[in-house]
Amino acid sequence: MPTPAKYWREIPQRYRLEANKCTACGKIYFPPRQVCALCGARSFESTRLADKGKLLTYTIIRVPPHQFTDLAPYAVGIVELEDGVRLTAQIVDCSFDELRVGLPVKIEFRRIYEEGKAGIICYGYKFVPE
Amino acid sequence: MVGIVGYGAYIPRNRIKVEEIAKVWGADAPSYKRGLLLEEKSVPSPDQDTVTMAVEATKNALKRAQIDPSRIGAVYIGSESHPYAVKPSGTVLAEAIGATPIAHTADYEFACKAGTEGMFVAYSLVKAGEMEYALAVGADTSQGAPGDALEYSAAAGAASFIFGTQEVLAEILYTHTFMTDTPDFWRREHQYYPRHGGRFTGEPAYFKHIVGAGKGILEKSGLKPGDFKFAVFHQPNGKFPLKAGKMLGFSTNQLMTGLLVNKLGNTYSGSSPLGLTAILDEAQPGDLIFMVSFGSGAGSDAFIFKVTPRIDAVRDLAPKTRFLLEKRKLYLDYGTYAKFRRKIIKAD
Amino acid sequence: MREVAIIGVGLNEKWGELWSKSLREIFTEAALNALDDAGVDKIDAMYVGSMSSGLFVGQEHIGSLLADYLGRTPLPATRIETACASGGAAVRLGFLDIASGMSDVVLVGGVEKMTDVTGAEATFALGTAADQEYEGYHGLTFPGLYALIARAHMEKYGTTREQLAQVAVKNHRHGAKNPVAQFPFEITVEGVLNSVLVADPLRILDCSPITDGAAAAILCTTEIARSLSKPLVKIIGSGQATDCIALAHRQEITWLEAVYQAAKQAYQMANKGPEDIDVLEVHDCFTIAEICVLEALGIVEKGKGGQATEAGWTTIGGKIPVNTSGGLKAKGHPVGATGAAQIVEIVKQLRGEAGERQVEGARIGMAQNMGGTGGSSVVHILARED
Repeated sequence: MPTPAKYWREIPQRYRLEANKCTACGKIYFPPRQVCALCGARSFESTRLADKGKLLTYTIIRVPPHQFTDLAPYAVGIVELEDGVRLTAQIVDCSFDELRVGLPVKIEFRRIYEEGKAGIICYGYKFVPE
Repeated sequence: MVGIVGYGAYIPRNRIKVEEIAKVWGADAPSYKRGLLLEEKSVPSPDQDTVTMAVEATKNALKRAQIDPSRIGAVYIGSESHPYAVKPSGTVLAEAIGATPIAHTADYEFACKAGTEGMFVAYSLVKAGEMEYALAVGADTSQGAPGDALEYSAAAGAASFIFGTQEVLAEILYTHTFMTDTPDFWRREHQYYPRHGGRFTGEPAYFKHIVGAGKGILEKSGLKPGDFKFAVFHQPNGKFPLKAGKMLGFSTNQLMTGLLVNKLGNTYSGSSPLGLTAILDEAQPGDLIFMVSFGSGAGSDAFIFKVTPRIDAVRDLAPKTRFLLEKRKLYLDYGTYAKFRRKIIKAD
Repeated sequence: MREVAIIGVGLNEKWGELWSKSLREIFTEAALNALDDAGVDKIDAMYVGSMSSGLFVGQEHIGSLLADYLGRTPLPATRIETACASGGAAVRLGFLDIASGMSDVVLVGGVEKMTDVTGAEATFALGTAADQEYEGYHGLTFPGLYALIARAHMEKYGTTREQLAQVAVKNHRHGAKNPVAQFPFEITVEGVLNSVLVADPLRILDCSPITDGAAAAILCTTEIARSLSKPLVKIIGSGQATDCIALAHRQEITWLEAVYQAAKQAYQMANKGPEDIDVLEVHDCFTIAEICVLEALGIVEKGKGGQATEAGWTTIGGKIPVNTSGGLKAKGHPVGATGAAQIVEIVKQLRGEAGERQVEGARIGMAQNMGGTGGSSVVHILARED
């Protein structure tokens, strides 16, 4: 079991979707980067991701990793947000029949998993149909 | 003027009907429906808890308040189902909305009254001039023991209020409180489900304290029940608040807008606060609102609100409570409900 | 750069769930088979690929461990890791070691011992090839990630569920002729379509298995190789490339840019094109992977991988036989060993030693190995010199 540090340092991303934007070419990175992969610049400004988008692709996980045993089966997908950034997360509050490429979704704050019965609770973002 | 500058609600989409629960335990559904005026209740998904609902309700409150969250000086969540036994819920909410690090944070507890406690203190801090804005949330994902009467009503939801002095949409005119040590409903440490005193939870508990706080605030304010457009009380079922209202001199009509329990269930610390959000969704400038909460153990907090013209500008900026209550409901069977509420769990 | 030949190849006896054999034993077995096949005694260096001996058997430092178990310390030995492309990367590093002039004879290979942990732990270990914080954190598994690619490919190009199934059916048809294979039997399209769902639309028979296995090869200068009596097989092209490991960061979810770039380097070095390749081993960790790889290698037109499979292009006897060994699906996928085993199969094909799986007249072969969902790829082109 990792120390809480590993989870805690990603909180700005998990809770507030804090990203950064290259000041030279405008590309947005989530999570934030130290060097722009597109233009090589090293200067960034903080930004936050849009909270709505459309589903690009999805699947339904039926054989889950152990910390998600009780949640399976669950849907996960990649969404293209309104600002053009692509984000991977679960899609919840949605029957599997409703899932389709192009489904409009928005972000909601949810529990992601717990580190066992006695470990910390890890929160983050998921998508719900709009 | 001090009062609410933003309000927001969050209700999970899952529902379970009284009939579905009654079927499993061989109980008589119609008598629950008739006797307690309960039809269905909300059920949180396994990935929802007091904190996640508080965050979403607060995002709605911020949409109405239209303020920079970093100006919020206090963040309080009142619940009887805080996710951790020891580790604050409020800090997660504060991080999620961007109110850290300068925000006084505390988790409140007092059975179902925890939400209004936070409201009481948040309002008082703003009134005292200690801070510009303060946030209080009432949220719960409470449990009812399998087969127990409370299983039909224990539900989940959150209501969030931001208090301030600028652009107030509902001014707080008076507050009051009434409390005694009355063990009507409790949960010991390491117990998964609460216990209660059956009919003892009625007259010596619920009614005594609601009427005590209600009469007290009426006296304090010099107002009469007829002066109010709306009244909302803690809603453990449909019967109790209607009776309490009658005892205080209110008509059923005054209670209908804020009465959500028949479709929502009892959201414990979110109960009267969510009722208040439903009222604010409909209230007009100048309307007076009477609110009394109840928390077992036991006590009640009372508030008198006066709606201002500001309500017209912000009411539609976030989803209305009855919209959240009625939209896209996902009905569960008892098995899925039991799994979601961890009444049944896989072996290790 | 000097020319590099492959003079010996070997696998351990059988791939599958090898309860009684440890990681050290199976690699040593494969390495000894390769050394015996090569008929050389002296080696100058060793590169062994393993995705995660640490997570699977709690053992790191396996370069030294295996050099010792081969009786060859103080041989310089390094464990190479690029997720599921570790074996291919080990081959490349051996190639570069000789091409640079540093070494004359090098042992390359790979090993993975995956059954000493539970299925859930193995799934976790495999999942470390994905982005832990932004894919794994949200509950994505490897089948899940490839399922995202499959859904996107089906949406964009009209690839069908049946076409995916045919990749598995074809690879099992080949694998049925491979005595080392974990699953040496045929399957049917109906069988695939009725198998249990793992991550929609992928089913268990779309997925390569958990396998214990090892593979090794002996590389040397062509000068040394010519002095032996075997047909000379040379590495004429080698390429390696990376791409973002997270699917959401890729330019196109259905396009394997790392495979394209690695292949481009290899084709350029070899002065060959896709039309020159007679036989291929590709990384079919999931059925959709083989389809996307064929497109990125330029073997088929973009989007047409499913149709090409359906039309029978990739079976033995078809236009361009792919995965004559049975691929990862039928032969097995001991992660770090796969890339090296692909080389073993291509060498056998080019030497004319592939028995029932032989592609007639094969003279130029390609091995494509890939890590994660395409975060890395290593491509080699081999040719027989007569």
